[in-house]
Amino acid sequence: MRRRIGIDVGGTNTDAVLLEEDTVAATVKTPTTADVTTGITRALAALVERAPTARDAHAVMIGTTHFTNAVVQRRDLGRVAAVRIGLPSGASLPPFVDWPEDLAALVRGEVVMLEGGHEFDGRPLVPFDTKGMRAAARRIRDAGIRSVAIAAVFSPLNASAEEEAAAILREECPDVAVTLSHRLGRIGLLERENAALLNACLIELARTTTRAFSQALRASGIAAPLYLTQNDGTVMLAEVAEAYPVYSFASGPTNSMRGAAFLSKRDEALVIDVGGTTTDIGSLRHGFPREANNVVEIGGVRTLFRMPDLLSLGLGGGTMVGTTQALTIGPASVGYRLTEQGLVFGGGVLTVTDVAVAAGLIDLGDRARVASLPAALVEEALARIRATIEEGVDRMKTDAGEAPLIAVGGGSFLVPPRLAGVSEVLNVPHQAVANAVGAAIAQVSGEVDQIFQDLSRDEAIARARRAAEDKAVAAGADRATINVVEVEDLPLAYLPGNSLRTRVRVVGEIARQP
Amino acid sequence: MRPVTADEFESLAIGAWILGTGGGGSPYLALLNMRQLYRKGVVCRLMDAAELHDDDLVAVVSNMGAPLVGQERLTDPKTMALAVTMMEEYLGRKFRAVMSLEIGGGNSIQPFMAAAILDLPVVDGDCMGRAFPEAQMTSFAIHDLRMYPLTLVDVRDNAVVVARAASWKWMERISRKACVEVGSIASTCKAPRTGKEIKECAILGSTTKAIGIGRAVQAARRAHRDPIEAVLEVATGVKIFSGKIHDIARRTTEGFLRGTATIEGLDDFRGHALSLAFQNEFAVGWLDGEPRVMTPDLICVLDTVSGDAIGTETLRYGQRVTVIALPAPPILLTPKGIEHVGPRAFGYDLDFRSVFA
Repeated sequence: MRRRIGIDVGGTNTDAVLLEEDTVAATVKTPTTADVTTGITRALAALVERAPTARDAHAVMIGTTHFTNAVVQRRDLGRVAAVRIGLPSGASLPPFVDWPEDLAALVRGEVVMLEGGHEFDGRPLVPFDTKGMRAAARRIRDAGIRSVAIAAVFSPLNASAEEEAAAILREECPDVAVTLSHRLGRIGLLERENAALLNACLIELARTTTRAFSQALRASGIAAPLYLTQNDGTVMLAEVAEAYPVYSFASGPTNSMRGAAFLSKRDEALVIDVGGTTTDIGSLRHGFPREANNVVEIGGVRTLFRMPDLLSLGLGGGTMVGTTQALTIGPASVGYRLTEQGLVFGGGVLTVTDVAVAAGLIDLGDRARVASLPAALVEEALARIRATIEEGVDRMKTDAGEAPLIAVGGGSFLVPPRLAGVSEVLNVPHQAVANAVGAAIAQVSGEVDQIFQDLSRDEAIARARRAAEDKAVAAGADRATINVVEVEDLPLAYLPGNSLRTRVRVVGEIARQP
Repeated sequence: MRPVTADEFESLAIGAWILGTGGGGSPYLALLNMRQLYRKGVVCRLMDAAELHDDDLVAVVSNMGAPLVGQERLTDPKTMALAVTMMEEYLGRKFRAVMSLEIGGGNSIQPFMAAAILDLPVVDGDCMGRAFPEAQMTSFAIHDLRMYPLTLVDVRDNAVVVARAASWKWMERISRKACVEVGSIASTCKAPRTGKEIKECAILGSTTKAIGIGRAVQAARRAHRDPIEAVLEVATGVKIFSGKIHDIARRTTEGFLRGTATIEGLDDFRGHALSLAFQNEFAVGWLDGEPRVMTPDLICVLDTVSGDAIGTETLRYGQRVTVIALPAPPILLTPKGIEHVGPRAFGYDLDFRSVFA
């Protein structure tokens, strides 16, 4: 029997589920704790109590927004050295340019710019300044900096400059953690370098957090390997993932969407995840969230990540309803204080949940406390919520046809059973813990984003696919189970020959541990 | 002549992106460069063409190459300036000022990067009044001015002088070839222009216009008013359509990004559809199958809520967009202008009809 445990650490709740084969065998919801680990330990204890077979799980997957929060809240960040390889180009825009000053002041250690890097076709731009790199490595060592981010021009196409720089660092200061930009991002030097810098400043936190997770696991009597879930709905072994904390930035919403796909058995659908404060709408393609093409800002820093394309609306179960003048819905929310402040729970704040209880959409708290709400108000509020959801759903659709919509999250009762542009609204069992289910079912992925020249479209895609498969296997996938989940190609303006930017993403099941 | 404030570059970036009519490249990196320069105490000056003497020389500068390469090989002000000093060496004469080739997109800010290093003023104007994909699509070409010499430099120590070219098309072909060889990104100084040529043949005041459009958008956002209405007002434009992107097809042919976007009407335009063809920039729009707006009238696609311009490379299904037309500079509307930049120059067998006629 294949047993997997999925854990999602959200801002309010830590959810855990046990999957036996493809069946949800047990679920747990516990409050998230400030140190994160205590919440996980409690959730695991409760899970084992409900289903003792959880101890025999063969894999445990944890999804956490801990690292995003560290950047947003500017805490637990390490000082890093930035190494840019690309002179003589780009001299006027050094690393940390366009960072918020408060964040740069916390993170910026040594800044080094060296000659080197490549052209769009992989030719060297100028020879790499290895002597300069060695001198820089010594300065970094003498400055006592523990983490280094390296970004070279066009490294996604030719990573040799970054690799060479890392080798020199290992010789001169073997103890520093090294982040190479080509492992993290795509074309777009500043955004990719930013991702590397963010990663480097989180690496110490990632290491201690991941190790605390492992200890929590062992303390619960579970011997299975630990995986961390990534932005794209896949997992990495914790030992690998602790080197790439930025990959887990958006894993929460991604896990919800993956869980929705699994619970509904639909691979092509829209997903609406209604929480306490916000609603996320995304689109599933081949069972994975469609990714955003655009620049994503994290804590005020521009990056290009593999992130789900999400529309976040200020609507959730705790969203406040104002009636002083015209009727207003949100965006303010009572959040996790809903069970104290909502009318039906004995509080004094009119929330969307109270409106839903008055309308009979759900039975929560004391219904008598909302009996006096005017019917017209309830009706208008529900009409507004419907309109908000319909517009949001329409924005996230990829074509004009009707699409099914899977409703998950604690506030999914707010989603009307019929909506314009939606073929059907799917409510699924365990929808309140879809995120933990999404973590439990995660697979391993590999991705390649590269410019190919003078190849036919099919040849370019085939070549990218082979490279992506190799990457997935290196990350822990079983080669026999690998599937292509995304192929995208964009012809490029003003480049010679037949230049095609090709992106291929593959996923596979976790390879059995030897 | 007047100093340009740091804030004006923020406005210029917004306005120039709108005047880019879907192309011209994002001004983001050029704007970052200006912020860096101003932090070091640089102040650029903007001059009216009327302040030029007839025999003054003006350097027309632009970045050339693939926008994608520009995202890796970040252009710096020194390289921009080098193209200008190289031209001075070749001519044996000094420039009086710098001017932009195209006001649409990132090239609106490039001349300021060069000017900051060279300590020269920037002439308020350009020779497109928008963005266009090819060298012969300029007011100078329409006026049959000489298209050579041209200098092209890259960030290493490579430099090319195109001493002569038989036509604008030849100049485009030769310089494009050199640009590709140095990695598809280069700084160029186009054929030098006299003060007289600038006054008679350039599209004057376009820098101020772009700053004004950007400022209107910023003011509207601060006041929670409709930024698109603000653009229409300040640039005497016409709203063509409003809706959401319904379909998008792209292909590259002959090195250009071509394609069609179909927009399904919303609000006042519900039940109608606008089909927009582009070749790097938006070229022609058909409303319910009938030609409604076409180049050289400026076709700008803006985010309906933020008023930000949307480039042809970043159009996506589901975006809420408003399409507006802004009037083209008069020189582009002459019979000769239409020959260079009218619908037939982009392969559409249509007689030009302006939205503003």
